[in-house]
Amino acid sequence: MKTDLLKQLLADREAKRQVVLATDLASGEGQLLYPAEAAAGDELLAAAHRVMQADKSGIVELAAGRKVFLHVYNPSLRMLIVGAVHIAQPLSQMATLAGYDVAIVDPRREFASPDRFPGVTLIDAWPDDGVEQFAPDRRTAVVTLTHDPKLDDPALIKVLRSDVFYIGCLGSNRTHGKRLERLAAEGFGEADFARIHGPVGLDIGAKSPAEIAVSIIGEVTEALRRPAPANAAAAQ
Amino acid sequence: MAAAMTLETDVVEHEKVLEKAAEWKAAGKGVALATVVATWGSSPRPVGSQLVVEEGGDFVGSVSGGCIEGAVVTEARQTIQDGQTRLIDYGISDETAWQVGLACGGKCEVFIEPVD
Repeated sequence: MKTDLLKQLLADREAKRQVVLATDLASGEGQLLYPAEAAAGDELLAAAHRVMQADKSGIVELAAGRKVFLHVYNPSLRMLIVGAVHIAQPLSQMATLAGYDVAIVDPRREFASPDRFPGVTLIDAWPDDGVEQFAPDRRTAVVTLTHDPKLDDPALIKVLRSDVFYIGCLGSNRTHGKRLERLAAEGFGEADFARIHGPVGLDIGAKSPAEIAVSIIGEVTEALRRPAPANAAAAQ
Repeated sequence: MAAAMTLETDVVEHEKVLEKAAEWKAAGKGVALATVVATWGSSPRPVGSQLVVEEGGDFVGSVSGGCIEGAVVTEARQTIQDGQTRLIDYGISDETAWQVGLACGGKCEVFIEPVD
């Protein structure tokens, strides 16, 4: 690996840029690829896109008989939970196990106490400011749990303007319908609504906070590993 | 915190290894990087795991549960010397022989390259 390439790779990681390092196993020649930023490309870029999506490094054999190792350098997964409510307790633990760096934003200190959330980053701020502090990116999942418009809506408005891979909102169908009406009044439309999973979580009949957390982790995982186009195709 | 538990891409370790490579390089040392590029069976470290070696034999990172590190470091020092890349298969260890291998019964392929 050339020192210049190593420096660029370190800079990309620092900038939380999704990058795939392609190394020709015969020549040792390395090349950095950015599949998330390219619309389409050659065989190599397409393969890089696949491994990046699967978050799984591996060797690909190209048509010309070249063996190339594709090394995925994805920024760490993160989850922002809005509302330090009961469900946030099992959800933050399960998300941590699944590999997410978790932060919870809630301005109500009696909820967001370190005693209730040991080891979890707590952001003591209004949700819109909290979202800004957290700086969500495309490796981020956001879950709103307060179902209080005063708290959830300002967070959602910020989050919808970012490129997070998952947005989920706790609340019944009725609550969710009203939420979308309020967001429409803020100028958001169908394309934005389609990004929001509401009511949050897979429909597995979850009742307890821990079960609801399981359903949310399941849905987040699907959004991560089988993102929108494939999802839509599978549903047809 | 959470990154250490990530299953498929061990983000924390990537960072340390690559940073160490850059640091050693900047200090004027000869450096080689070893990367697990394929695994079969119950290999202890996933594809993408890395180990960086400097000319004196110091290393950071891991490519197995400790079974093959010694052999990989030896090969990596060769790479620092001759500038050649190496692609090496490590198979199941034979407990009756003093041969390098993976006691877990897994197999892995390691790519070793100079940082130049």
